[in-house]
Amino acid sequence: MAHGVDSPGRAQVGLKTARTDRWWLAPLRIGVILGFFIVYATIRIFMNKWYWVDEHHYLTPLYSPCVTESCVPGSSHLGTWFPKFPVFIPFSIITFAVLAGFRGTCYYYRKAGWRSLLLAPGACAVPEPHKKYSGESKFPLTGLNLHRYFFYGALVFGVLNVYDGVLAFHGTDGGFGIGLGTVIIWINLVMLWLYTLSCHACRHIVGGRLKNFSKHPWRYRYWTWVSKLNPKHGTFAMASLFTVILTDFYIMALSAGWFSDLRFLN
Amino acid sequence: MSYLAKFRVWRGDADGGGLKDYEVEVNEGEVVLDVIHRLQATQTPDMAVRWNCKAGKCGSCSAEINGMPKLLCMCRMNTFEEGETVTVTPMRTFPVIKDLVTDVSFNYQKAREIPAFKPPADLKPGEYRMQQVDVERSQEFRKCIECFLCQDTCHVIRDHEENKESFSGPRFLMRIAELDMHPLDAGDRQHAAQEQHGLGFCNITKCCTEVCPEHIKITDNALIPMKERVADRKYDPIVWLGNKIRRRA
Amino acid sequence: MTELERHTYDVVVIGAGGAGLRAAIEAREQGKRTAIVCKSLFGKAHTVMAEGGCAAAMGNANANDNWKTHYVDTMRGGKFLNNWRMAELHAQEAPDRVWELETYGALFDRTPDGKISQRNFGGHTYPRLAHVGDRTGLELIRTLQQKIVSLQQEDFEATGDYEANLKVYAECTVTELLKDGDAISGAFGYWRESGRFILFDAPAVILATGGVGKSFKVTSNSWEYTGDGHALAMRAGATLINMEFIQFHPTGMVWPPSVKGILVTESVRGDGGVLKNSEGKRFMFDYVPDVFRAQYAETEEEADRWYKDADNNRRPPELLPRDEVARAINSEVKAGRGTPHGGVFLDVSSRLPAEEIQRRLPSMYHQFKELADVDITAEPMEVGPTCHYVMGGVEVEPDTAQSSVKGLYAAGEVAGGMHGSNRLGGNSLSDLLVFGRRAGAGAAMYVESLGKDRPQISEADIDAAAAEALAPFELEGGENPYTIHQELQQSMNDLVGIIRKADEIEQALARLTEFRGRIAKMTVEGHRQFNPGWHLALDLRNMLTVSECVAKAALLREESRGGHTRDDFPGMNAEWRKLLLVCSLESDGDAVTVVKKDQIPMREDLLELFERTELAKYLTEEELPA
Repeated sequence: MAHGVDSPGRAQVGLKTARTDRWWLAPLRIGVILGFFIVYATIRIFMNKWYWVDEHHYLTPLYSPCVTESCVPGSSHLGTWFPKFPVFIPFSIITFAVLAGFRGTCYYYRKAGWRSLLLAPGACAVPEPHKKYSGESKFPLTGLNLHRYFFYGALVFGVLNVYDGVLAFHGTDGGFGIGLGTVIIWINLVMLWLYTLSCHACRHIVGGRLKNFSKHPWRYRYWTWVSKLNPKHGTFAMASLFTVILTDFYIMALSAGWFSDLRFLN
Repeated sequence: MSYLAKFRVWRGDADGGGLKDYEVEVNEGEVVLDVIHRLQATQTPDMAVRWNCKAGKCGSCSAEINGMPKLLCMCRMNTFEEGETVTVTPMRTFPVIKDLVTDVSFNYQKAREIPAFKPPADLKPGEYRMQQVDVERSQEFRKCIECFLCQDTCHVIRDHEENKESFSGPRFLMRIAELDMHPLDAGDRQHAAQEQHGLGFCNITKCCTEVCPEHIKITDNALIPMKERVADRKYDPIVWLGNKIRRRA
Repeated sequence: MTELERHTYDVVVIGAGGAGLRAAIEAREQGKRTAIVCKSLFGKAHTVMAEGGCAAAMGNANANDNWKTHYVDTMRGGKFLNNWRMAELHAQEAPDRVWELETYGALFDRTPDGKISQRNFGGHTYPRLAHVGDRTGLELIRTLQQKIVSLQQEDFEATGDYEANLKVYAECTVTELLKDGDAISGAFGYWRESGRFILFDAPAVILATGGVGKSFKVTSNSWEYTGDGHALAMRAGATLINMEFIQFHPTGMVWPPSVKGILVTESVRGDGGVLKNSEGKRFMFDYVPDVFRAQYAETEEEADRWYKDADNNRRPPELLPRDEVARAINSEVKAGRGTPHGGVFLDVSSRLPAEEIQRRLPSMYHQFKELADVDITAEPMEVGPTCHYVMGGVEVEPDTAQSSVKGLYAAGEVAGGMHGSNRLGGNSLSDLLVFGRRAGAGAAMYVESLGKDRPQISEADIDAAAAEALAPFELEGGENPYTIHQELQQSMNDLVGIIRKADEIEQALARLTEFRGRIAKMTVEGHRQFNPGWHLALDLRNMLTVSECVAKAALLREESRGGHTRDDFPGMNAEWRKLLLVCSLESDGDAVTVVKKDQIPMREDLLELFERTELAKYLTEEELPA
């Protein structure tokens, strides 16, 4: 039976969509980026190596914090909380779960995923291919409502990443030093924090949930501040995705000895 | 300054119809609605189109131009190339009545199902005191001109007729958010948003925001905050656990 | 017998703008089964176009304000021609009507202490307009619409039917009122969608159909403003007053051509915008008439100080009543000091920071950005006069809004008298609420008084109304209604427009007679289902009748006052102030007759609110208090 825009009673236009612009370009582009990241991240977490540059104390965010006995010496600067993991479990599994969870339940990535991976819809006023649709109203997708907990987790990991970032000012002779790696790590940190703080759950928690702002002037101020960042949440989401890949790749390359760090100071 | 433009306009009614080609004069500074009016006055006197204010304030002339939901009066002709064919169809989420006019009664039904503003019991007229910062959020949503373009573009009902029953659409979920954020509203709206009005169907793909002629940030400022408020009440395991324990005790 | 659907109601409200909805709320709350019939969708009425605000002397922004000052301002603005009782009721009740909206859920802009904020407007002594940015009309209509829905929800709780006591018939046009003897018995109309006929059996009908602007070429009014209520009332035997007074809003867009006439809110001037001619001069200082000399600034410096300190400075002349500003702009353009597109400059960009403009005038910002590609935070707007409002309308009893026909009520723009010869900005929205409510109450009371003895509808009247409505389909090969409409608009604009002369009005009358003949022979193509050509054909009859009233009254009134400017009689004449021109239809047909009628003298306590020197400018020697 005809459904969607062809349902009985509606104007029978005879075109799936009358859009003449290249509406498929945006979902295609985003889809390729997301696909690339998913493949890259999966490969990387199963590699279980090349995540630490001992000479300059660079730790890739994908393996931070490294807290199992499997971690290479030096990388577990927060201590070893867990014993050795069996080979088939990546030892950055917790990090990965929180980071993937935060991004997976993020309102921006949900939009990106629904549009480019599930084509529901691929673009506005373009019919989606699915026969049935219940959106996020049924289990397990109601789980997306747990975004706030991943946000709290991301905050904790964000702080740990800052600690990693401070350690990354490690000079070749053991004192203070700055290399291209340090710069990349800090650019990534800034993007990660902008992404985390501009989050919709964050906006809700700091003040959005209030009925009367005027009774909570400080929370109103925080809310106003987050509200200024929030419209760029999508931009920060994509930018931080790139900076994470860049940071990880750079550290992997150094660690694997493909090339060496460009040093600005010591 | 004037030229002959190529227009394809959907003509027909619920029994059927199709795109018809027209050549029609266009002058400087005109919008699509002017061209439709010229068609009416010179070639097709019985072509049906809804319109009122012609200034983007009443939300009557909603239709789809080159496949995108738009107000006919706010779409300037100079956004098209002179040789370009402009396709105009009625909104494709609602039953068609005739030509560019659709039956939008779905929206009025949904409006009715949302409990009205519940005034505070202890305040008389003239005693209401509200701060500007507290009314601003709801004021943004009250800019809505009810053109129903967001309802038209929303794939939840556009692509799934069967969802019309359980989903109120962006316009009316925003209305719930408006009341929930109203500083003096005494109603409780969060459970109903999810359970009766289908907030969970929304997958925040933001087409409603994209087509809104009033530039209301429907998704970011109304729907997502509403989802978070619902999460407070329904999906927060700590709150859930707290309630369980309290009920046991 | 004509095939149609029949409905029985206590009260039928025609028009779903502010006045209609407020009337319906009142009638329903008083326990009367009420129908609202409107030409557009529910919530699209022309009230949404009102931008600036709703005048009510709440005294939130300036505690000196009270209803008496509001009354005085209203009478002054209307050049003392107003029905003083209406102006009095309006000034007294407007604050309650605004506060009531808050209990329906309205969200007005606020003062720092949390009350409803009020803004300055032309002709108002104090900041008085409750507002929401520059979309106050939308707030009003949406609030009333939502109140209607809440009443329907109550009915649903009680009866299981949302529409048990209050129903909206949207996209439905009333073409004829029916009578039983001298009392209203119902209304006859058609569904725009299907073209099928519909009959309302109801003893009380409230007209709330708005104005007549679509008879003019350059207008801020939408297609609905075809004077339906005015014409229905006349055909039912009621009288119209003050039809010669048409308000030309001074600031309409002049470019691009397709949006010519669309309103630029007076708030632009209330918030600091100034008018300049092509030489860059703030010309309004040259156009302050004697009667207003004392209240308006003489230098730019004083005018600018007023925005900050209104108590110790006089107002800028840009904020003179609308008729004065419209005429001034008209003169500047005629003197060759206009802009390239035939208007003058309205500049707010050099007066306020860009952010402030976007916050205070958001819809103006978008309107210009999207329709004219002009950024009003960076460049001046081009504006010129546009037909905006008809002061004239159905002559009503002030307290109940009843017309001279039993069971027929009118409220809002379709009613006459309240605004005299010129309406102050902001007084329209408050007028809708005050007299909408009074009409609803008046109609409810009348229905109550009838008991079981309701007027009956005759089948012959139904058949006649149906035949009249179908007449445009009968002929073949006649003229297209669009052509006649365009010519009518052009004639009214050119010949009975902002500046009038006897010979031009006579020409207009001759043309109107010619149109009458052509309308009788016009042809409509297609069938009855959603056919805009047919709809226009039916509306054209109304426009023609109303235009005739305007032209005939304009020819008779040999003076200039408010919205009626005669080039051949440039001054105001106190003898004419005492006179109303009353239009009616001759009992046997279409011809409009206009007769003079004496005004009721103002009550003494109200007269005492004015200085004798001011009264002397308007009243005759005998009328002045001793």
